[in-house]
Amino acid sequence: MSTTQTPAPADAQGYTPIRAKAAPRPGTWISAAITALLVLGLISFLVTNPVLEWGTVATYLFDIKVVQGVGWTLLLTVLSMVLGTVVALTAAVMRRSDNPVLRGVSWAYIFVFRGIPVYTQLVFWGLFTVIVPKLVIGVPFGPELLSFSTRDLLTAFWAAVIGLGLNEGAYLAEIIRSGLNSVDKGQTEASKALGMSNGQILRRIIVPQAMRVIVPPLGNETIGMLKTTSLVLAVPFTLDLTFATNGIANKLFTPIPLLIVAALWYLAITSVLMVGQHFLEKHFGRGFDDRTPATGRGTRSRQAAVNRAGTTPHDPLPEVEL
Amino acid sequence: MTPESQNPQHPQNPQHPAEPSAAPASSTAVIQVEGVHKSFGDLHVLKDCDLTVRSGEVAVLVGPSGSGKSTLLRCINQLEEPTAGRVLIDGVVQGYDSDPLPDGRWQKLTSAQIAAQRSRIGMVFQRFHLFPHLTALGNVMEAPVQVRGLPKAAAEKKARALLERVGLADRADHYPSELSGGQQQRVAIARALAMDPELMLFDEPTSALDPELVSEVLTVLKDLAADGMTMVVVTHEMGFAREVADQVVFMDEGRILERGTPEQVIDHPESERLKGFLASVL
Ligand SMILES: Nc1ncnc2c1ncn2[C@@H]1O[C@H](COP(=O)(O)OP(=O)(O)O)[C@@H](O)[C@H]1O
Ligand SMILES: [Mg+2]
Repeated sequence: MSTTQTPAPADAQGYTPIRAKAAPRPGTWISAAITALLVLGLISFLVTNPVLEWGTVATYLFDIKVVQGVGWTLLLTVLSMVLGTVVALTAAVMRRSDNPVLRGVSWAYIFVFRGIPVYTQLVFWGLFTVIVPKLVIGVPFGPELLSFSTRDLLTAFWAAVIGLGLNEGAYLAEIIRSGLNSVDKGQTEASKALGMSNGQILRRIIVPQAMRVIVPPLGNETIGMLKTTSLVLAVPFTLDLTFATNGIANKLFTPIPLLIVAALWYLAITSVLMVGQHFLEKHFGRGFDDRTPATGRGTRSRQAAVNRAGTTPHDPLPEVEL
Repeated sequence: MTPESQNPQHPQNPQHPAEPSAAPASSTAVIQVEGVHKSFGDLHVLKDCDLTVRSGEVAVLVGPSGSGKSTLLRCINQLEEPTAGRVLIDGVVQGYDSDPLPDGRWQKLTSAQIAAQRSRIGMVFQRFHLFPHLTALGNVMEAPVQVRGLPKAAAEKKARALLERVGLADRADHYPSELSGGQQQRVAIARALAMDPELMLFDEPTSALDPELVSEVLTVLKDLAADGMTMVVVTHEMGFAREVADQVVFMDEGRILERGTPEQVIDHPESERLKGFLASVL
């Protein structure tokens, strides 16, 4: 009650706010100093280490094969995630159905496609045209109505997309199912009372609300898929980023700089995907209390909603906020 | 009562709803609940309930918690299926074809037909159940656009008029999370009204509200009643019941124990159960 009466201007509300000095936080400074040292060391290591061959990295970073590889990898990621999401939504809705046949089919799909390594599945899809040379539409044991040669339809690229997508769908199905179940039953009742059909309720009411807790794990899955696409040589599909950089490395007998090229591109794509995820989360967060993630508080409560919904079966990675 | 009834707990076999009671219903009866029973497994929740609500009438349903008020309301718009008995709206059997099959069973309607029957009955819930991802306007427009196929522009015009009617014209673009409980409940009423319902069901519309917000919702209900809306209202607001109700119905342990004018039921209760109940809420 003594010296603090320096005439600080009373603000609009007519009182004088507290003039606070931050409490000392030596830990922050110490950890900053240690981190700075480590980063400097890392930079000097990266710059001076001849094995890294930065010249080669620069030469091949925008090599036409590499850039095309980036394009194919992105295309594989996006298409297989779209396929996986559509299949997963179908499987999740079937799992929730009253119809025991649909529930059983969905369960069997998830059991099979989650239980077999994705590499094995990709090899299988690569050999599909050998195993099933002809697709026939007709009556079982009866006459054929239409038949296709699978070789004409199923190129290596589409075999890769189907293989990756069906595998992913089995994982996403559980995520989407938890998301759908997280929506309050009252929402369905209110929609029914308005005379909406089951399809309308799902499409207009349940799915948009479930997306809020589905999108964050979906983002993780997409980034996982980006990296899983490097397995498509099992099909074999040979135009993706990893195959392109490996091919160049084998020709030059210098694996390390081309690993760096691949790593830089994967990181770049991941960053782009994270931007997309950010906007999706913002879109589907509309109307919920944490609509503006600017403060960081919203992040916590969205993560809380995700955890409550159980759409991430394991401990989620710490969320990276843009 | 059907002779082949098998479950002794259910005087009427679920597949054989009761014949209409002796006198044919007055042409102005909007809701006829006839001998309705409802069981959840072994729990016999509704016991032989009869209720008639005529056009423009307000019926107030009172009774202790767990007495089956919500279940009865939900049977009226088929959110629950009666185990026995039947519900008629404007003389039309709900949930089944109007006539039994030759073998005496009743043909259930498809979910699309049931949805069409429901769309004529508005319902307002204790906990609002607004769609959180839609604005107030979006909530009110949703069913007319999706169910009735109303063009967006027409639906918006109508929705704005309804929000105005419940005193929320300036909140049209707010999300439910940005509205008070009383405002949310008024949006929920506007949402139900947007389907031009022939009758409205209210399940404790003010029980989840802070006391100072109750009257703004009751005012909307009174306006609706004055406009001639047929309504069934579950509430503990005895003042409202006295002022607005044409009939007050007292439920206890799944049975309708007393019914009559507010005067008869609230001021001159007969059973000890009703006396005890009134003492606890008045
Ligand atoms: N879906 C349900 N499954 C099992 N029991 C239920 C269900 N809905 C209501 N009940 C039971 O039915 C009884 C009546 O409930 P309700 O109609 O909600 O009473 P009220 O609205 O009068 O409080 C309660 O004992 C309740 O537990
Ligand atoms: Mg209730």
